[in-house]
Amino acid sequence: MPYQEIKLYQTGTFVAGNRLLEPEQRSVQARTGRSNSITSGHRACRGCGEALGARYVLDAAMRATGGKVVAVNSTGCLEVFSTPYPESSWQLPWLHSLFGNGPAVAAGVAAALRARGRDDIRVVGQAGDGGTVDIGFGTLSGMFERNDDVLFVCYDNEGYMNTGVQRSGATPPAAITANTKALGQTPGNAFGQGKSVPLIAMAHEIPYVATATVAELRDLEYKVEKAMTFRGARYLHVFVPCPLGWGADSADTVRLARLSKETGLFPVFEAEAGEVTEVSRIRRQVPVEEYLRPQRRYAHLFGDHPRPDIVARLQARADRNIARFGLLPEGDE
Amino acid sequence: MRSQVEGSQAVARAVTLCRPQVIAAYPISPQTHIVESLSDRVRTGELAGCEYLMVESEFGAMSACIGASGAGARAYTATSSQGLLFMAEALFNASGLGLPVVMTVANRAIGAPINIWNDHSDAMAMRDSGWIQLYAESNQEAVDLHVQAFRLAESLSVPVMVCMDGFVLTHAFEEVDLPTQEQVDAFLPPLVPRQLLDPDEPVTIGAMVGPEAFAEVKYLMHVKQMAALDEIPVIAREFEAAFGRSSGGLLRPYRLEDAETVVVALGSVLGTIQDVVDAMRDDGVSVGALGIGCFRPWPVGEVREALQNANRVVVVEKAFAVGAGGIVGQNVRDATRRQPVEVYDVVAGLGGRPITRASLRALLDDVLGGRVDPGRLHFMDLDLELVQRELERSRHGERPGPHAENMLRDLGTVASGAYE
Amino acid sequence: MFAVRIHGRGGQGAVTAAELLSVAAFGEGRHAQAFPTFGSERTGAPVVAFCRIDDRPIRLREPITDPDALIVQDPTLLHQVDLFAGLGPEGHLVLNTSSTVEALGLSELVRRLRPDRVVTVPATEIARRHLGRPVPNVPLLGAFAALTGQVSVGAVCDAVRDRFGGELAEGNVAAALAGHEHVRAMLGRTVGRSLSQSSRRSADA
Repeated sequence: MPYQEIKLYQTGTFVAGNRLLEPEQRSVQARTGRSNSITSGHRACRGCGEALGARYVLDAAMRATGGKVVAVNSTGCLEVFSTPYPESSWQLPWLHSLFGNGPAVAAGVAAALRARGRDDIRVVGQAGDGGTVDIGFGTLSGMFERNDDVLFVCYDNEGYMNTGVQRSGATPPAAITANTKALGQTPGNAFGQGKSVPLIAMAHEIPYVATATVAELRDLEYKVEKAMTFRGARYLHVFVPCPLGWGADSADTVRLARLSKETGLFPVFEAEAGEVTEVSRIRRQVPVEEYLRPQRRYAHLFGDHPRPDIVARLQARADRNIARFGLLPEGDE
Repeated sequence: MRSQVEGSQAVARAVTLCRPQVIAAYPISPQTHIVESLSDRVRTGELAGCEYLMVESEFGAMSACIGASGAGARAYTATSSQGLLFMAEALFNASGLGLPVVMTVANRAIGAPINIWNDHSDAMAMRDSGWIQLYAESNQEAVDLHVQAFRLAESLSVPVMVCMDGFVLTHAFEEVDLPTQEQVDAFLPPLVPRQLLDPDEPVTIGAMVGPEAFAEVKYLMHVKQMAALDEIPVIAREFEAAFGRSSGGLLRPYRLEDAETVVVALGSVLGTIQDVVDAMRDDGVSVGALGIGCFRPWPVGEVREALQNANRVVVVEKAFAVGAGGIVGQNVRDATRRQPVEVYDVVAGLGGRPITRASLRALLDDVLGGRVDPGRLHFMDLDLELVQRELERSRHGERPGPHAENMLRDLGTVASGAYE
Repeated sequence: MFAVRIHGRGGQGAVTAAELLSVAAFGEGRHAQAFPTFGSERTGAPVVAFCRIDDRPIRLREPITDPDALIVQDPTLLHQVDLFAGLGPEGHLVLNTSSTVEALGLSELVRRLRPDRVVTVPATEIARRHLGRPVPNVPLLGAFAALTGQVSVGAVCDAVRDRFGGELAEGNVAAALAGHEHVRAMLGRTVGRSLSQSSRRSADA
C-alpha cells in the first residue's frame, strides 16, 4: 500500500504529539495511570531540567516495574528541593543518605531485597553530576564492577548548583562557575579537564549504559524502560540544563538540551556490555555558538571582547564527538 | 560448645548465628579475619540467606549497610582504625537515621605515623557519632556482645559497635563457649524494622530538616541512648539467664567493695589489671578495678555509684585527646565531680605498646606513693629522652626532617611489634 | 602457668605452632592462650608467637618476657634477635638444628640452663622427610611435648588433625611423632603426659 511519510512536530519539541497516537503508544507522562512519583509542590527553580528529568525517569521506571521501585538519592538539588521537612514530593519509597554514597546505599538496598527474596522490587539510584562523577565516583565504580542490580541515573547540569554553582568534573571548558570565573587569559573552566562517566561506565562492561537529554523525553522514557529489562548495573546519564547555574532563561531548558545534542556537544547513545549499540543522530546540525549564546556562563566569549578562538575550540570538541560517535544525519556523513 | 579458637573465627561464628542478611565489608588489619571467615560461611551456605558485598571502601561498606538496613535487612560490617575514620560521615548518618546496624571494631591505632597495632584511638574518635559502643574484655565476651548487640540495636533502632582489641583479641587463640543456633534464635528474634522502604507503603527517609526540628531529632537520638542505659542491663540479665554466663552490661566491677584505689579501663587490658589487683590485694593494698563495658552511652550514674567509696581513681586508657587530656578520664571526672576523689589520667598501650603487670604495678605504687600529679596527663612507659632528643633537633637546623623517622633512627629499630 | 615463646621466620609456621600448642593443651582439659606478635611480617622476617598454658582461666594479656620454654625454629635468628631474653635457669630450650649447641656457639648459654632441659632437633630435615617441605613447626611441637611434658604428643597430633586435612595432617602427625621420638631418645627417658590416652581419643575421631 502506498503511503506518505508525515513529519509530526509538537511546538518546541521534535516529539510526536500524544493526541495523535493510540493510547498504548502515548508517553508514560501522558497516561492517566502514571505514578506521579515526584508530585507537584516541590521547591525546584522554574525551568529546572533535573526535576523534569527525574519525573520522567521515575515514572517510566515505575511503569516498567509495575510500581515496584525504591529510589535512593544522593545529596544535591533534587534531594533538597523534594524534601523540605516535613514535606516530601516522593510518592515512592525514597532514601537519602549522603552526598558521596548513593551508589553504595543503592547497592545495599538491592542486596537487602535479594536477601529478603524481593527481587521483584527494583532499585533506582540518582544523583547530580557532583554526586556521580566526583564525590560519589568511587562508590559508583564499585557498584558497576560488582554489577549490583541498580539503575543509577546521573542528572548532569554540569556543576555544583546546590552549593552555589561551582565547577565539577562535568563542567565543560570555558564555562563560568563561581570558582572558574572569567578572569585572566583563560576565562572560565580549563580545557583538557573533566571526564565522561558514560564512557567510564562502558569500560566496566556493565549490561547497559545510555545518555539522554530532557529535550527528547520519549527517548528518555524508552531508555529507562529498556534499562529495566536488564539485571545488573545500569547507568543512565541525563543532560539537564540549569537556568540558574547557566544564566539561561527558564523557558530555554528544553531548547538548550536539544541544542546540546544538535551541536554534537552532548552525544546521545546507548551501549551494551561496553559496546555502543545505537546513536541518536543529529537532525539539523547547528554551530556551537547557537548553544553558547543564550547562556550567561559563556557570555565572556562574545560581548565586547569576543573570544572566537575559544568558541572554535568548543566547536572542535563538538566536531570530535560527531566524528567519534557518527552523529551526523544519515546521508550527511 | 567450648572450643579453642581464634577470636576472629569465634566472632565470625557468633555473627553467623545472628543471621545477618547483608554483610558489606572491606579488608583492613586486624579486622580482616572476621570478614574473610564470614565470606567463607556465606559461600558454604552455613550462613544462608545472606548477601555479602565486597565493597570498594569502608565508606561504601557503611553506606551499603545503611541501604540494606533501610530496606529491612539485618546488616553487619566490621572495620578498624583508618577504616572506621573513612566511614565517619556514614556513621553519623546511620545513627541519625536510626538504623540498627551492628559493626565489629577491631581496635587499632590511627596514623600518622601508620601503625597497625592496638589502641583505642579509632573508636574514641567516633565516640560522639551516635553509635552505642560496647567493649569486650575477652573473646568470650566479644562473642556474647555480638549476640546482645543485635538485640540491643533492634530493640531501640540504634546502631551498635562492638569494640574488641585488635590482634590482642582478634588474633588470640583462646577458649570460647560458642552458643548454639537454637539458643541464639530464642534470644534474638527476626528483625522487625521500624522503618522500611516498601513500595506498598512508601515512606521518605532522609529528608532535609531545618532549624525548626533539627534539635528535636537530635534530642531524640539522645533519649534513645539514655534508654540504652536501661536496656543494656536488662539484655545482659536475660542473656545470663538464657546462656548461663555473665557477659555484657554497663560496668564490670572487680574487688571494688572496699577498694580505696580503683583502676578504670576498657577492653582486654582488664584481665591484666585484675591480675595486678589480686597481687596487690595479696600485699594488703586496697585496690579494685572497674571495667567500662559500655562507653556510649556513658553510664554516668552507674560510674558515680561504683566509685563512691574510692579515694583515688586511676584511669588507664588507650587513647587521648591531643592537646587536652584523657578521654575516658574526662568522663570519669564528670561522673565523680561532686565526690572527694582524685582522678589520674594515664595514657597507656598506644600503638600496640604492651601494658604489662610490672608497669601497672609501678604506676599504682607511684600513685599510692604520691609521686603522680593528678593535675596532669601521665603517659605510661614513655621514653621521654627520645622525645627530648627530637625536640632538641627541631630547635637546631632549618630542616630537622620528619619526626617519626628521626625517632626510629635514634632507637635503631624498625616497626616490628617487638615483644618487649 | 607455663609460658612458651616461639621464634621463627615468616613462613616457618611460628604462629600456627603457638595456636596448635594451645589447642593441644585445651584438648587435655587445660586452659591456654596463644597469640602472635602482631607484626605485618612477610616471608622470611623474624616472627615471635606466644602460648600460655595453665590450670586456671588465663586473663593476662601481656607478651611473654620470661618464658618457661623457648622454641627456636631458625638458628640463623641467633645473630638478629635477642632470642634468649628472659629465659631463666629452669627454662626449657628446643632448638631446630642438625648441628650442635657447641657448633652454634651456644655453649655459654646452655651452661646456665639444666642439661636435661636443652634439646636440639633436626626439625627441618624431619619435616622434609615427612612433609616434603621444610616447615619445622610441628616436629618441634612433638619435641616440646617430649621435653616439657606440658602436653602429650597425642594431643599435639589431635590438634594437627583438627587443623589440617588428609595427607598434610598425616605428614605432620608423622613429623610430630618423629620430633617427639628424637627427644625421647636424646634424653634417654620417657617424658610426657598420658600419651596413650590422647592417642586413643584421636583414633576414635
